[in-house]
Amino acid sequence: MQQGMNGKKIPVLTYIVRRFIMIPVTLMGVTLLVFSMMQLLDPYQLLSAYVSSPAELKGQNIERLITKYGLDQPLPVKYARWLGQVAKGDLGWSESASMPVGKAIRTKFPLTFELAFYAFFPIILGGFWLGKMTAVRHNSIFDHSTRMAVIIGWSFPDFVFGLLVILVFYSWLGWFPPGVLSNWASQVVASTEYSNYTGVLTIDALLNGRFDIFWDALRHLMGPVTTMTYLWSAFLIRITRSGMLEVLHKDYIRTARAKGLPEKMIINKHASKNAMISVLTVAGRLVIYLLTGTVIIETIFNRPGMGKFVAFAAQQLDYAGILGGTLFFSLVLVLGNLIVDVLYAVYDPRIQLG
Amino acid sequence: MHIFQNIDKDTRRRIHKLLTNPTALLGFVLLTGFIIVAAAAPILAPPADPNTPYIIPRLGFLTEPQPPSAENIFGTTEGQYDIFYAVVWGTRTAFKIGLLVVFCTTLIGIIVGAIAGYYRGITDEILMRMTDVFMSIPFLIAVIVLTTILGKGLDKVIIALIAFDWMDTARLLRGSVLQAREEEYVQAARSLGLSDLRIIVIHILPNTTFPVLIQTTMRIGTLVVVASGLSFLGLGAPQDYADWGQIISYSRNWQGLEFWYTIFFPAMGMVLFVLAWNLIGDALRDIFDPRLG
Repeated sequence: MQQGMNGKKIPVLTYIVRRFIMIPVTLMGVTLLVFSMMQLLDPYQLLSAYVSSPAELKGQNIERLITKYGLDQPLPVKYARWLGQVAKGDLGWSESASMPVGKAIRTKFPLTFELAFYAFFPIILGGFWLGKMTAVRHNSIFDHSTRMAVIIGWSFPDFVFGLLVILVFYSWLGWFPPGVLSNWASQVVASTEYSNYTGVLTIDALLNGRFDIFWDALRHLMGPVTTMTYLWSAFLIRITRSGMLEVLHKDYIRTARAKGLPEKMIINKHASKNAMISVLTVAGRLVIYLLTGTVIIETIFNRPGMGKFVAFAAQQLDYAGILGGTLFFSLVLVLGNLIVDVLYAVYDPRIQLG
Repeated sequence: MHIFQNIDKDTRRRIHKLLTNPTALLGFVLLTGFIIVAAAAPILAPPADPNTPYIIPRLGFLTEPQPPSAENIFGTTEGQYDIFYAVVWGTRTAFKIGLLVVFCTTLIGIIVGAIAGYYRGITDEILMRMTDVFMSIPFLIAVIVLTTILGKGLDKVIIALIAFDWMDTARLLRGSVLQAREEEYVQAARSLGLSDLRIIVIHILPNTTFPVLIQTTMRIGTLVVVASGLSFLGLGAPQDYADWGQIISYSRNWQGLEFWYTIFFPAMGMVLFVLAWNLIGDALRDIFDPRLG
């Protein structure tokens, strides 16, 4: 992204403005791409992606509905009408969730956000620490064994590792049950005296002053969080390690050594700070990956978040559901990348923009 | 084999380094093992009907998985599908998917990247914005939505993987072509009045494709994981088709420790297969990324 067309340096502000201008273009492109894919559906399947409630399909003349939604119109007209609907947030009726797609996203996204939030910290802290240590003890047994563990971790498909976590921590030890809440807790949450402020279970539990429910929700989060931590730490360890190794070979570190500074101070004060820059960029990307990459984890651990919503919609051939979910995930990805790029441009003055 | 004649000394030295790297070597050994299993599948697990070798044989209709025994050395899943048979033929499925997808995406990536890098300007701008758009849908989600729209099945998964996995290759190649077109040999070819197509195919590509080719090959592991993931979700391979993701999904209802074999053997297949590619890829990164020395 930052590499310019001809490698010329441009001011940060110009870069940021240009980056913002590109967003509508990219989003337009995404809707065009999704719309093109929709055209592969036959008219009846396509219709199911348009209707705003199941009642509409009952007793209605299909031909009349096709006319109503303009499905017999030429492509550009169809696209414009569909885009207008999408822009209003009307994404149709999700058959698999039995509610409008917009509402489904609003109720399911908080759970995905919650999972990403709790997975983020162990990954960042553990990954950064291990990555730093492997770089400091470059080529030691510790370095090699961590590296091996990283490659092996990276080689586990999420559904395989997730199933193993369930096997060990649920079937065998009985510690981390799948799902989001125990039966008694979901009854409390569904009752009238309990208010769902945000949809994020742990936060709502705290706001309601129910620490038992908070603890219960946390226990259900442990399985997927463990899985994600193991799989994604690999990614962070690798980045931190190479960032740190690069820094450790820099002249100013040699100078610090020559001055006779204690090694601990060189690592913690001089090297870590600069290695943090690469970690910060990765941290931003990690958030995006965690938010958009939960399809299989949520399915395995039976958490009704956005990822499971898309998987289930696909299994049920709920076209409105998957198309809406796809648009939503793309929005998260595009905006996430924008935020990361802008923060990076502002934070690191050395970066070449273009 | 025009490509290989054009490999410069530097690349040759790197290949030598790769072949003597212990990590890569372990990867190559594992990979060779899988190639042997895939090639010898008809001998290791003879199909009942040679015309439909990918259909996993059913040994009964009992619901409960059965532990490994003399006849079924890896045991059976729910519905009595033979795990050993599925793992062996699943190896072939994995190679088929990986190689086919990588071949097609490399081809598309090379065409798009070469055109964008060589013609620059507005052509480049349009092609690269298109690439951005394809990258704006999270990969797994994109594959899921296209597979579902096309109507599920392994062939649909392959099409969807190809549709959304050519972008990295295109970007990489565009970068190298942008550089290469300024080099003297290209300028010389142009001043001789050679056609653009000839310059790109005969002169630029042989000098730029090799590193890209290696990088894309390393995607095979990831691609197989995604394809298996779709089969696991029930969107890929049909009911009784020999696919690792599919056979692992049969273990989902049997999460007790006594049913360890329903997940262990197919998981071993998958993890070792991906590990082989990752080990080679890791060594490659070390060798091609001089910063880390």
